[in-house]
Amino acid sequence: MALLNEKIRKEISSVLADVTNPVTLKVFTQPFECQYCKETRELAEEVAALSDKLSFEAYDFVEDKAVADSLGIDKIPAIAIVGAKDYGIRLYGIPSGYEFGSFIEDIKLVATGDSGLAPATRQAVAKLKDPVHIQVFVTPT
Amino acid sequence: MLLAHQLAVESDLITADMVEVIEFPHLATKYEVMGVPRTVINETIHIEGAVPEQMLMKEFARLLK
Repeated sequence: MALLNEKIRKEISSVLADVTNPVTLKVFTQPFECQYCKETRELAEEVAALSDKLSFEAYDFVEDKAVADSLGIDKIPAIAIVGAKDYGIRLYGIPSGYEFGSFIEDIKLVATGDSGLAPATRQAVAKLKDPVHIQVFVTPT
Repeated sequence: MLLAHQLAVESDLITADMVEVIEFPHLATKYEVMGVPRTVINETIHIEGAVPEQMLMKEFARLLK
């Protein structure tokens, strides 16, 4: 059974209509002992089907360890949202509720490759010399 | 969360994760997540609640020193 109903699918299709560059959803799961792996994979696959610019790739966290390591994926379920290049955007856990909206916004963001940040922020970020790892902890709402 | 991901797009040095705490309770414990959203930068900077861009950049300035 589909996770997204017809109404939601239509809404997302129209939101994704202005996505003009390819975006790949790379999903890492495993068959057992992972609470929302199946749902996360299905959700990403259903979303990817709503735009011809989106593609979906499923990886097994254990069998495809080399791919997971290359993307720095260290837990599952995980979705790496990759555009013209890998910007380092990862979702760990199922993006449901409010975060589902963020997931769709992330796809649009990656497609453009433009952060949309204020000039002062861009200048500050340009001064970074060392890697920065940001983790945002959320709950399903 | 979108702001963190915007920063990741802006800089090749920045990676940004969303972490759903119910599925990763050990991380909720490790990072003392009592409320959400909680933002953790490089294990050292912790910010409670949704942060506007300007405020986040004030915290970021500590990384530039």
